[in-house]
Amino acid sequence: MKRIFSSFLVVFFICFSTNSLVAAYSSDPEKFISEIINEAKLILNSQDTKEMKAEKLSIIALKTVDVKGIGYYTLGKKRKEITPDQKQRYEATFEKYFLKSFTSRLTDYSDPKISVLSAERVNEKYTIVKSMLLKTDKRPEVKIDWRVYTKNPEKPLIRDLIIEGLSLARTQKEEFASILSSNNNDINALLQTLEEFSNR
Amino acid sequence: MSQKPLKTLIYAITILSLCFTSSMAEEKYTANECFEKFSRGTLKFNMALDRAVFKPVAKGYRALPVPIRKGSSNFIENLRSLLSFSNNVLQGDLKGAANTAGRFAVNTTVGILGVFDPATKMGLTKRSREDFGQTLGVWGADTGCYFVLPILGPTTARDAVGMVGNVFIDPVYQVTHNTETDMLVGNDNLQEHNYYIYKGTDAVDFRSKNIESIESLQNNSIDFYASVKSLYLQNRAQKISNSPISNKKQDDSDWEEIDNQ
Repeated sequence: MKRIFSSFLVVFFICFSTNSLVAAYSSDPEKFISEIINEAKLILNSQDTKEMKAEKLSIIALKTVDVKGIGYYTLGKKRKEITPDQKQRYEATFEKYFLKSFTSRLTDYSDPKISVLSAERVNEKYTIVKSMLLKTDKRPEVKIDWRVYTKNPEKPLIRDLIIEGLSLARTQKEEFASILSSNNNDINALLQTLEEFSNR
Repeated sequence: MSQKPLKTLIYAITILSLCFTSSMAEEKYTANECFEKFSRGTLKFNMALDRAVFKPVAKGYRALPVPIRKGSSNFIENLRSLLSFSNNVLQGDLKGAANTAGRFAVNTTVGILGVFDPATKMGLTKRSREDFGQTLGVWGADTGCYFVLPILGPTTARDAVGMVGNVFIDPVYQVTHNTETDMLVGNDNLQEHNYYIYKGTDAVDFRSKNIESIESLQNNSIDFYASVKSLYLQNRAQKISNSPISNKKQDDSDWEEIDNQ
């Protein structure tokens, strides 16, 4: 698990960072990721307070990440069992949790150096953009693959980050499954946990 | 240790691993719990121990000048490659074995006992570590159930068997624990404690490279135990298949269902 953990940090950071002033992103997945990384750098290197940075990063995340899709993916099979009301509550709660989770990770970092290396079109729905977080004195280099959903070619969206081969979405899904399983599969227990995390 | 018991043990481990075997079409990313309550308690114990001992030591290690850290990391990695070589061979990965052997030869000589890494510059790229748990996986052994060991951390039934197997096929362990080898090499310096210094330094080196990331994972997980389990199993799966899960192998059934809603 050598670089695994290191990777996690950085992952989030890039994923969602961006300058909120920029409205449109390239439809080319490789350029799309490069733009996000560049905007993230601007925000993280700015003199803004941590709260302001978090706010800007959240705006970018909402534009570039398929938050709703990730929310349902991480809920696993449970998504088929919940009522429309619970679904609505879950969507809102998940979004809040998601934004809190990544901004709290990212705002601790500044000046991350990431190179976008290449892109590989897996199929019409997905392109994997490969990048590398350059090494520092404190940690080795970290491979980061961005799973970009390209069903709508004009509006790519990030669906997963794979850091040194480890999927963040899958990890989150396992976390949610664990909470559900230790609470008699009760969605309310999961919602409460997510709310508690968001209100920390 | 003489050769006969060693061979017997490897055969025994192999048979045991085959007992765990399922069809093994593809490595799994999940595993049942062996005893979750115990494992959760052990993880808490490990993290407390980490806060009290390992993390402070890792921070001290990180305060050392970069060339010293880099050199010791290279030195340890070079020694560790001997275990990878044994497993390359057992897995039938002769190309990997040649690469590992080539790197070891170059780094041990030109790289001054492995302190430097000229092999990479010569085109012998660094590959990921191999161990006997991975070898069992390559041979078809199923993951088995998941649990957490005190100090040693997360593992599975297969990987726990692999840990024992490592001891017998790791040349560094054999050289430091085998009195016959001491006589063969002709000195008394290859004592057992050197093996544990080597393993301890490796652990500290790893921890020092992951101080912030582990902290971040702890702070941002809603179920840290589940996160560690997922990361461990994903990591093992990709190491056994020697390819990341990122692209073609990802199970998209959940995503497809979401897309069609």
